[in-house]
Amino acid sequence: MWTKLKSLPWYEVLLPLVAVVLALLIGSGFILYVGENPLEAYRILFTESLGSMRNIATTLQRATPLMFTGLAVAFAFRVGLFNIGAEGQLYMGAFAAVWVGITFDLPRFIHLPLAILAAMVGGALWASIAGYLKAKLGVHEVINSIMLNFIALFLTDWLVTGPFHGGSWVPETVRIKPSATLTRIYLPTRLTTAIYLAVAVAAVVYVILWRTKRGYELRAVGLNPEAAEYAGISVSRNLLIGMAISGALAGLAGAEQILGLHNRFIVRFSSDLGFMGVAVALLGKNHPVGVLLAAVLFGALQSGSAALDRLTSVPRELITIIQGLIIFFVAAEYLIRRLLRLKEDA
Amino acid sequence: MGDLLAMMFNTTVFAAALRMATPLIFAALGGIISERSGVVNIALEGMMLTGSFTAMFVTHLTGLPWVGALGAMAAGALMGLLHALFCVRYRSNQVVTGTAINIFAGGLTVFLLRHFFGSAGTSPQVTVIKDITIPVLSQIPWVDKVLGRQNPLVYLAFVAVAVVHVVIYKTPWGLRLRAVGEHPQAADTVGVNVYRMRYTAVAISGALAALGGTYLSIAHLSRFSEGMTAGRGFIALAAVIFGKWTPLGALGACLFFGYGDALQMRLSDVGIPTQFLNMLPYVMTMVALAGFIGKAVGPKASGQPYIKG
Repeated sequence: MWTKLKSLPWYEVLLPLVAVVLALLIGSGFILYVGENPLEAYRILFTESLGSMRNIATTLQRATPLMFTGLAVAFAFRVGLFNIGAEGQLYMGAFAAVWVGITFDLPRFIHLPLAILAAMVGGALWASIAGYLKAKLGVHEVINSIMLNFIALFLTDWLVTGPFHGGSWVPETVRIKPSATLTRIYLPTRLTTAIYLAVAVAAVVYVILWRTKRGYELRAVGLNPEAAEYAGISVSRNLLIGMAISGALAGLAGAEQILGLHNRFIVRFSSDLGFMGVAVALLGKNHPVGVLLAAVLFGALQSGSAALDRLTSVPRELITIIQGLIIFFVAAEYLIRRLLRLKEDA
Repeated sequence: MGDLLAMMFNTTVFAAALRMATPLIFAALGGIISERSGVVNIALEGMMLTGSFTAMFVTHLTGLPWVGALGAMAAGALMGLLHALFCVRYRSNQVVTGTAINIFAGGLTVFLLRHFFGSAGTSPQVTVIKDITIPVLSQIPWVDKVLGRQNPLVYLAFVAVAVVHVVIYKTPWGLRLRAVGEHPQAADTVGVNVYRMRYTAVAISGALAALGGTYLSIAHLSRFSEGMTAGRGFIALAAVIFGKWTPLGALGACLFFGYGDALQMRLSDVGIPTQFLNMLPYVMTMVALAGFIGKAVGPKASGQPYIKG
């Protein structure tokens, strides 16, 4: 019975959906606990995030960086790498973007792409440290990525409060030149053209992974490194490339944050965008389309959260709790499989 | 330069180093016990934070900080059991579940803070665990300034290191723990309940990490504030690796990291950016992992779910 179910394509969609439903169910326990009506709270969350064009635009704006970090983590997973370092790569990418945005005076059609490219390079180089240590010395990338997250945090912290300090009392750089900013496409929200870039990048990721020889090699290494090596595919080379591309994608999230949202580097601006990328990747089943959808869900939760504070007595941190719960359940495929099977037997 | 040296070997700095090391030591011991059983614990941060909040909350309710500490340990153990439930029973990826715990704990503590106290940033002030003077130590010159008068939790951290060392290396339970983390199949064959060992170990891990968090909210400070662990759980994780998964090694790493922490308050006055000292634990851990200072290798089965055959 189960094997038959598993062969169906909707199985891929079913597991994440069950994870989200379970998280919302447990979340309603927290809502009841503070004395509110879960249905009402979720209704508010829904209308405030998707109920109008303006709300949808805000949701998409919140989703954009998560699309990039989600794609970054998903790409690495496909190569058999756990990139928990998207947070640090995002910071390094963001700093590269802000540096280009501040330093150069160029026409927009050069300046903006250059800043985006710089962010990709920054993220890729930072990720490559963990990639190199994994490929050449066999050190597990998880611990190194975590360490690199903190190193990036403190490094940018120093750069922004030291050599690149904007001069005000706030720990931030000066603003980037207007020629390096992304264009806002739905005023008054802060949604920018970065959303188009995210969708395009998702398509590129799909093409690289499933339509090129390199992608075939990367996925082969991800599925079974021994077999790949035996078939003449260089594992270490593909690990290096996989980690670098993943880092470049995380760097794009940094570019979006700087060139689209903040227009300057504020110390510690990322609110766990890199870690949420892990959730988004897993929820999206490491597929570009799934990642985009999962990012929209997380974006919706975040953009609706302010309304919880405004209209109910439910603290907005309910959203963080739900996001955490989604990660629990999405990782617990075994649990969900058993839950579903139980239902069928009954 | 003379000033710098005087500063580095200042008794006040050493005393501060011990205080900064204390939460790290508890959490690192927790990390060691969990990893030794074969469960990777990157959730130390979330477990510490849970401890910080619960210690404040229970102390707020009872007025008794030691009861607060016990409450924190219980809450930490619960977080540990949650981690173990997913890692051991549902065979989830341990790093992913650890990330989930960290995010969940970050959300939950602020959710409760705002629900009970209506404020986002910090809790009201609570009674603290007060510093004590140790009669013998406070008689010895120089030592008295460093060790003579400290918080009970500071002394307890050292006791805990000794206890965990003895438990891991000198008791049957410790032998089973190590067996489960190195070779669960073999342990299972000789009748060790792998699942129960791992549940117990991760629960203890959570309780210890929470005790580290306790120190922050009701000893070092007298209130809980949002995200107050500020990455200390990850520094503890670094200490576990840098100390090669041994209690004494981790103690050394924690003391060193705590010393760096204590020093940075002073070095910033001399113009050395504090961020570089902040980076130190992480850089050193990467160097250690890369094998430049004797290869750091963890328990063999760490990270692998065990499926009873």
